[in-house]
Amino acid sequence: MTKPLLSVRDLVVEFPTRRGTLRALDGVSFDIAPGEVLGMVGESGAGKSITGAAIIGLIEPPGRIASGEVWLGDTRIDQLSPEAMRRVRGRRIGMVFQDPLTSLNPLYTIARQLTETIRTHMDASEGEARARAIALLDRVGIPAAARRIDDYPHHFSGGMRQRVVIALALAAEPELVIADEPTTALDVSVQAQIIDVLKEICAERGASVMLITHDMGVIAETADRVAVLYAGRMAEIGPVRDVILQPRHPYTAGLMGSIPTLEHAADRLVQIPGAMPRLDAIPAGCAFNPRCTQVMDRCLRDRPALRPVAPHHASACWLVDDKGAHHG
Amino acid sequence: MLAYIIRRIVQSVLVMLAVALVSFALFRYVGDPIYAMVGQETSLEDRAALRDSLGLNDPFVVQFARFVGNAVQGEFGISYRLQQPVMELILSRLPATLELALISGMAAFVFGVAAGVYTALRRRGALSTAIMTVSLIGVSLPTFLIGVLLIWVFAVELQWLPSFGRGDTVTLPWGWETGFLTQSGRASLILPAITLGLYQMTLIMRLVRAEMLEVLRTDYIKFARARGLSNRAVHFGHALKNTMVPVITITGLQLGSIIAFAIITETVFQWPGVGALFINSVRVVDVPVMSAYLVLIALIFVVINLIVDLLYYAVDPRLRVERGGVRH
Ligand SMILES: Nc1ncnc2c1ncn2[C@@H]1O[C@H](COP(=O)(O)OP(=O)(O)OP(=O)(O)O)[C@@H](O)[C@H]1O
Ligand code: SF4
Ligand SMILES: [Mg+2]
Repeated sequence: MTKPLLSVRDLVVEFPTRRGTLRALDGVSFDIAPGEVLGMVGESGAGKSITGAAIIGLIEPPGRIASGEVWLGDTRIDQLSPEAMRRVRGRRIGMVFQDPLTSLNPLYTIARQLTETIRTHMDASEGEARARAIALLDRVGIPAAARRIDDYPHHFSGGMRQRVVIALALAAEPELVIADEPTTALDVSVQAQIIDVLKEICAERGASVMLITHDMGVIAETADRVAVLYAGRMAEIGPVRDVILQPRHPYTAGLMGSIPTLEHAADRLVQIPGAMPRLDAIPAGCAFNPRCTQVMDRCLRDRPALRPVAPHHASACWLVDDKGAHHG
Repeated sequence: MLAYIIRRIVQSVLVMLAVALVSFALFRYVGDPIYAMVGQETSLEDRAALRDSLGLNDPFVVQFARFVGNAVQGEFGISYRLQQPVMELILSRLPATLELALISGMAAFVFGVAAGVYTALRRRGALSTAIMTVSLIGVSLPTFLIGVLLIWVFAVELQWLPSFGRGDTVTLPWGWETGFLTQSGRASLILPAITLGLYQMTLIMRLVRAEMLEVLRTDYIKFARARGLSNRAVHFGHALKNTMVPVITITGLQLGSIIAFAIITETVFQWPGVGALFINSVRVVDVPVMSAYLVLIALIFVVINLIVDLLYYAVDPRLRVERGGVRH
């Protein structure tokens, strides 16, 4: 693999609460290569959004990164000063949130929000910024962009607003885009278009994407690799094809259903009996052990580390022995 | 837009008619207008004749219509106590009240918004905690007590400021007596303005703080941060404007209550305004003055309300429907 654009090492995120400290992320590690699309899946509460927030340095206090490192290219970004980190956000890492209806400031025109973002990060006059903004809107597929740019967010439908959000995230040409469930709040009929727009533009600019989603179909079509998160820990990571067709972690296998094919994957994640433990009640050993059908003694005692099972493919499960063979 | 304004004006007129009805009932049925007009020695026959000639035996609707017709022309009869036309009395005292209300309203707004924003942004700071504590005192102490305390400290003990009256005034065109133009007039304004505005300032501050904290949690603020906008742009460009939308409404209404609550302050400081006039009239059941005051206060409320609604309209583009709602 080429030198990664983003490298997350043993990331631990904690939220101090009255009843003790909650570990929302516990030793998460992964890389994203330049131009690569990494899908991130996992049940609600697994820590997907927190991972994104930790990378862009926007974890809400009192939450904090307790240990670990985040590297963007040659820069370690988890310890930057607030001002230096602000200059990374938007400029080097763009973010797309879930709900386009609430992501845009209702009181300002699209033009104002776009030019403000462009001029924050780039040396451009108001006129140049506006021209860039129109070109961007045009690129994300807003018809009559030159006219629509002076509209307010409420003049746009949900799908169109998410295109505007994408334009905003890409306004300063970031190298990495983190998209947190960018289509969950949208009408099914426009979801595919939004993913396509995002993927195409990032591909043509060589930007990497971290795509958080519940939709395995989207992962199958869009991502190069996929990371599976469970209770704040990485369960499995690998090339999409391998993870879907040959999951090496019982949790992933459960998510994909019993006889997965790439076509089948278009379904939503399968429900696994039981629920993910709350952060204050994660069992000892493997976090998945109460729900695992293949649980062994060892799983109740020792926590499995993420270990390679095949080239570029790793799993955190005791079923995988030290040589990477799978006794499933 | 035009339809909206017309609808709001019609509503305002209806409200004013309702108030006029109450005011008329007060005028007509509290005490006997005849009794107040004539001396002890007037015979019963003369009283009956006077009653007839004044139309007090006409049907209710006719009397009410006459009352409204007169009121529209500013005709509220003669004060029993001062034997002057009520409207003349009120107009001569209105500038004192309006100047006091204007200054304390503006001060309450400026300091209230500034303190609210500050305490929202520096939630855990020592100064914020101090401001919040002092503001609790502001809402819980009765107005007259604040006034008396201020007089005691600044007029009696320190002798910095006068304790009563308006100081010297200058008469402007249309008979408007202003205290703004003289040194003693401005000095006299300070203590009553603080007394009158303190409660409103506290309310505005707490409202701004609560709204601002709410807005700071919204997705569009998160997204603005994720785009790397400066704190200044996020707080004062994006958050503050959204905070002001509901604050404008409440503040506008506060201005109305400042004028209404001026009664207490004017009494404490012997301020020669309409509030003091009203209190003195209540003592002797000077019904024409009381009913005129009622109508006047209602009119001020209604007009402010109307202006606030139009302002709201100007600030929030979502209310401007003329561009045709959601487009696709
Ligand atoms: N401010 C907070 N204080 C305490 N715990 C928090 C806070 N924010 C998030 N968490 C916890 O962190 C965990 C991970 O949350 P996160 O939002 O990353 O989940 P997610 O995987 O994005 O889920 P979803 O699919 O529902 O978006 C959750 O268990 C959540 O309860
Ligand atoms: S480590 Fe054990 S409990 Fe955990 S997933 Fe593997 S087999 Fe199941
Ligand atoms: Mg999430």
